[in-house]
Amino acid sequence: MSVCLQDVVVERRGKTVLGPMTLELSDAGFTMVLGPNGAGKTTLLKVLHGVERVSSGSVSWSVPSQTAREGQAYVFQSPIMLRRSVRANLAYPLQLLGLDKADISERVTKWAARIGLSAALDFPAPRLSGGEQQKLALARALIRRPNTLFLDEPCANLDGRSVREIEEILREAVQAGTQIIMTTHDLGQARRLADRVIFVNKGQIEEQAPATAFFNAASSLGASAFLNGDIVE
Amino acid sequence: MSEIWAGIAEAFRLIWSLDEDLIDITIRSLKVSLTALFIACTLALPFGTWLAIRRFRYRRFAIAALNALMGLPPVVVGLIVYLLLSRSGPFGVMGLLFTPTAMIMAQVIIITPLIASITHQAMRELWSEYHDLLISFNTTKQQRISALIWDGRRTLMTAALAGFGRAIGEVGAIMIVGGNIDQVTRVLTTAIALETGKGDFALALGLGFILIALSLVVNLTIHTLSRTEREGRW
Repeated sequence: MSVCLQDVVVERRGKTVLGPMTLELSDAGFTMVLGPNGAGKTTLLKVLHGVERVSSGSVSWSVPSQTAREGQAYVFQSPIMLRRSVRANLAYPLQLLGLDKADISERVTKWAARIGLSAALDFPAPRLSGGEQQKLALARALIRRPNTLFLDEPCANLDGRSVREIEEILREAVQAGTQIIMTTHDLGQARRLADRVIFVNKGQIEEQAPATAFFNAASSLGASAFLNGDIVE
Repeated sequence: MSEIWAGIAEAFRLIWSLDEDLIDITIRSLKVSLTALFIACTLALPFGTWLAIRRFRYRRFAIAALNALMGLPPVVVGLIVYLLLSRSGPFGVMGLLFTPTAMIMAQVIIITPLIASITHQAMRELWSEYHDLLISFNTTKQQRISALIWDGRRTLMTAALAGFGRAIGEVGAIMIVGGNIDQVTRVLTTAIALETGKGDFALALGLGFILIALSLVVNLTIHTLSRTEREGRW
């Protein structure tokens, strides 16, 4: 699935927080959205996912919008856990799809094992640790086998081990054909995972390029400063 | 003080002897209040949840009106239901005045705003927590309401218990629309009012203790069944 943003503007309380922005994303594997705090990364992700209304402009997918939404999943920076068990959290998106119980049970068991929570299937999800919650949120998103997965800084505040586990799962997802669009502050992670980079600053796209080209020779001043660890305003 | 002891003794005697009238009145009280509670919950839980997630033009006014309706004076509700059901009223032909059905109607009107308002408060908090997730799952309104009601069921149980407490202890409205007719519409609260009026304080107190015990038993049963303590942190 490819997506096209045409002159998109998002305003909040009369202030422009994103755009005007024109962007085309094809079926690339791993797109990393980089930029300083408040640059508009999360807003861009939400616009692409269709949960943020645009003030003007248009967002169009290569498939009908309903089909596009059904094929998407989103993982938030702070994982949102349903007040249910781990099993019920994993099963919920599948129940929404109307899958039969046997299929749901099989997928839940498989994903619980994949994220190391097989022994905690009946444990209340909100009482898991931060890393476990983030892994569960990721599994809950991937269990639907989405075409496109949006991740909003999924590894913020996680320890190295949890980050490595999450990155492994993400690589597997890309290999399985899922398109991933992710925001991060972690340049090391961006270097490890990205196929393509979009650099956002002050609500505008300052640069977009294949990852290797971006990290070797960023062309915009803001991106260069960001890569050098300078303060970008 | 002696009257309180006499009341306690009378309550035990009535229970111990399985007094026929007492059993009849207690069962009727439970039937009327639980039926009213069931109907009110059917209306108030989805409505309160809907109000929490839906944005519309007069939403603030609707919430303010709902909160104001929580304080509806029961005697006024009783009077209005009486006028509606009386022979000259619009529903007079149905012959419902001075029946348990009329009492249930009055109680439903009294407790529905209370349950809906508590539901709205609880669901508003849960909705702010779940909002982004349920939207990202592309859920329908029906699915969102179902998820909120299911995951907020323990809080909703509290709302229902508050409604039950108000219904079982209500006297003004059901006295007007029920008429406190022996073996037809007499319930614990109207019986207490009657016995107090007759000066039989011991029996009135006995009935009062039974009313309190009944309320406690229902609350504890629901509390235990819903495993509030064990799973309360979900």
